Amino acid sequence: MTVDNPTTGAGRPPGAASEPPTGPPTTGSTATRVLGVITLVGIAALVLLGVFLTPADAELGDTIRILYMHVPTVSTAYLAFVITAIASVMYLWKRTEFWDLFAASSAELGVLFFALTILNGMLWGKITWGVFWRWEPRLTTTAVLMLTYVGYLAVRQIPNDTRTRGTISAVIGIMAVVNIPITHKAVDWWRGLHQEKTIFGTVDPDMKGLQLFTAYLGLTVFLVLFAWLLIHRFRVAWLAERAADVGVDAAIAERRAERAVPSSAGGAS
Amino acid sequence: MRDAVLVMTKDLRLEWRSKVGIGQVLPFSLLVVLLFAFALDPERGVLDRVTSGLFWVVVLFSSVLMIERAFSVEAADGIFDALRLSGLAPAAIYAGKVAALAVQLLAVEAVLAVAVAVFYDTTFRTPVLTVGVALVATVGIAAAGAVYGALAARLRSGTTLLPLLLLPLLAPVLIGATRGFEVALGREAGPGWPWVALLGIFAVVYLTLGALLFRPLLEDA
Repeated sequence: MTVDNPTTGAGRPPGAASEPPTGPPTTGSTATRVLGVITLVGIAALVLLGVFLTPADAELGDTIRILYMHVPTVSTAYLAFVITAIASVMYLWKRTEFWDLFAASSAELGVLFFALTILNGMLWGKITWGVFWRWEPRLTTTAVLMLTYVGYLAVRQIPNDTRTRGTISAVIGIMAVVNIPITHKAVDWWRGLHQEKTIFGTVDPDMKGLQLFTAYLGLTVFLVLFAWLLIHRFRVAWLAERAADVGVDAAIAERRAERAVPSSAGGAS
Repeated sequence: MRDAVLVMTKDLRLEWRSKVGIGQVLPFSLLVVLLFAFALDPERGVLDRVTSGLFWVVVLFSSVLMIERAFSVEAADGIFDALRLSGLAPAAIYAGKVAALAVQLLAVEAVLAVAVAVFYDTTFRTPVLTVGVALVATVGIAAAGAVYGALAARLRSGTTLLPLLLLPLLAPVLIGATRGFEVALGREAGPGWPWVALLGIFAVVYLTLGALLFRPLLEDA
């Protein structure tokens, strides 16, 4: 058994960067800049269409405008968690740092999009029901699942060597994604006894024309936004790991130099 | 299979000798039954209406304590490494842990059921459904709990993290078991067996996942 050292982070991957970085590291590249521009233009178009240009719904009224954001955020969040699960399986198989950090980055964004979903769902509830929270099945499911993934992120916060952290979080990533359909079913049946106006369910907005276009635009824009953020988040995570490695190497070199000074100057390797 | 029985009997013998479950978890669960009576005025009939929910919330809390205990004994003195070197199949160790946990949980539930019957004046109308729900729900709790217990034991602040990790995952179990009990108590009309089926799916899915994931947890974490 290796003794893990919380400060030095034992278990460093063998191929970790050893050359010092030249210049300030950046997470931007041509691809992310293109994605960024598309996202910003898309969001501007979505706001214009969703808030001003589309007509109000016959049944839902102006609250349909919240759906243009609600549906994309919740769909993106689920996609993020599926990506986390796939990356977790890949990590247990390949054991590379890439999959571990990829899973973590995706989960973090998933929680963010879930939080947005709950927020815009609550705004919809305040207008429709007069209260922020009712035990509407979809919102309830979202809240429970979000807490599951908050646990995942909490595990990653604990200092540990990378292999332990990777394995444990991969196991959680897989356990949690399987829970999504089961929780869905359970909450549906649980609330099945008291059916009420849901954010999309009993009242299925009959969208057409510009409304339908805006709905799909929203979905596309949020997917691009997710891809953009995911790449950046992953690169930040990667650089953070490298920075930790470099910090440790520098500290070791310093100590060696200190020891070497009394006997022969500059003997540190 | 023999390995699983070996691990299970080891765990149960350990429990029998240390009496942590009987001496600590069981009194705790009875205490919560009393606390609920203080919190929800027994005269207003609230207790009567929420009995099945309270029952399962108490079971969930007790299960967290039990799972924590079941794996902290393995974490001490490098026993994890000993288990790893013992040549037992990880899936068998997992099955043994789940079985031991399920047996202990069922014992707690049996005592709790008597306590609820006495203190909250509850009658279980359909005993078959009651036992069915309890059995399947308990296997589900143990199946997911054993995985999370094993990984929490490897983490520095695992004890405080375990409830956060485990309880959201067990939300479907709480829903299914509570509703199933509601039917068994005659509070709610309608068939109770769909809930047993839901609980069964949960149990099977997590038993399978646990058996697969226990090897990386044991060997690489």
